[in-house]
Amino acid sequence: MDSNLTPLLLSLKVAAISTSVVFVVGLLMARLLTQKEFWGKHFLESLILLPIVLPPTVVGFGLLLAFGKNGFLGQLLYDMFGIQIVFTLTGAVIASIVVSFPLMYQSAQAAFTGIDRRFEDAARTMGSSEWRVFWTISFPLAWPGLLAGLVLSFARGLGEFGATLMLAGYIPGKTDTIPVAIYFAVEAGQMDKAMFWVIVIVALGMGTTVWLNWWSRRSMRRFANTK
Amino acid sequence: MLQVDFQKSLPEFQLSARFAVKDEIIVLFGPSGSGKTTILNCIAGLAHPEYGTIRLADRLFFDHKDNIKLPVQKRNVGYLFQDYALFPHMTVEKNIRYGMQRDAQGQVEELLQSVGIDHLLQKYPHQLSGGQKQRVALVRALATKPDILLLDEPLSALDADTRRQCQAELLRIHEKWRIPFLLVTHDRDEAERLGDLILTNRDGHWSLD
Repeated sequence: MDSNLTPLLLSLKVAAISTSVVFVVGLLMARLLTQKEFWGKHFLESLILLPIVLPPTVVGFGLLLAFGKNGFLGQLLYDMFGIQIVFTLTGAVIASIVVSFPLMYQSAQAAFTGIDRRFEDAARTMGSSEWRVFWTISFPLAWPGLLAGLVLSFARGLGEFGATLMLAGYIPGKTDTIPVAIYFAVEAGQMDKAMFWVIVIVALGMGTTVWLNWWSRRSMRRFANTK
Repeated sequence: MLQVDFQKSLPEFQLSARFAVKDEIIVLFGPSGSGKTTILNCIAGLAHPEYGTIRLADRLFFDHKDNIKLPVQKRNVGYLFQDYALFPHMTVEKNIRYGMQRDAQGQVEELLQSVGIDHLLQKYPHQLSGGQKQRVALVRALATKPDILLLDEPLSALDADTRRQCQAELLRIHEKWRIPFLLVTHDRDEAERLGDLILTNRDGHWSLD
């Protein structure tokens, strides 16, 4: 049995950073897009959801084009800050952000759309600023859905493989997250090692789905008989 | 003094309203879909007409000529929504305190006692009966010390007895507060029992009889 736990730590690190980014940005975008109507909104929403239906390799290829040495963003980051994305943990984080963002966005959008507008309107008639309406009414009422999105994004980030491999590669001790480690363990015929990580990731995944199930049923009951 | 004179196109028809009223109970009486709630929303600032003016005492709420749309937060209206819209994640006390004016403490305590809900402060909305919710919503709206109170079918969800009680309470409270109450109903009995004045609608146009 391999006692080297680096893949677990790397996976947790990648998922934690990417989930933080995805949570804040997904929340803000969902809030803005459910309130405003503008030209090209539907196209933008489709674009956000695209990574769900695309093969991860395609997402990874796109990211490689953008963040590679000759890519527009890659060059910009390198020239301005000396930051390299390809073959680094930052690359793994970016891949994880792109594939988990649609999950957070969808959850947040459903959560905000599900709030009865009259609660927000009632708060406004009582003199509450838009900022206060958001923090005291919209956010707490959307919280069950937002938390579900957060957990889902974290689990997705933990399990991200295809785009990560394309962008961050497999550098043991540096970019070998659990899913990547499993692939290369099997490649090398180390079935025990692969099995170990498979059990870890299945346990984490199962924990997530069991919790999500329980949470969504509990949230549904939370303000029952409200009407 | 509330002066209303505006037009707004709705999907099915052209809505217009023209009336001027003082600190009375004014009832908007008509079937559902006749634009009653839209009129309340326009006065509250949750919706805007296309043409005309809305003025409360010396404050201009809306004027299409000068493109004036006073934000809802600055209108100081109390609004009792249909189904009450009590915040489900807050206790009765927090609901009432949400928009409460600092100097309203005494009045609020008096109100709580007079409508008999002072023992419910720590309950959540889903633990209340219909009549209790109605009273909490009423106190919550009045706690902001509004210059006008808008009531959208406030009693339609209540059983006959509670309804009778709440009507009496509304009359009593209006007697004390002396601000315009604009009340929407589709119940003729209620309109006659409560209204000092009744607004009716003819072909989408709302005016005093």
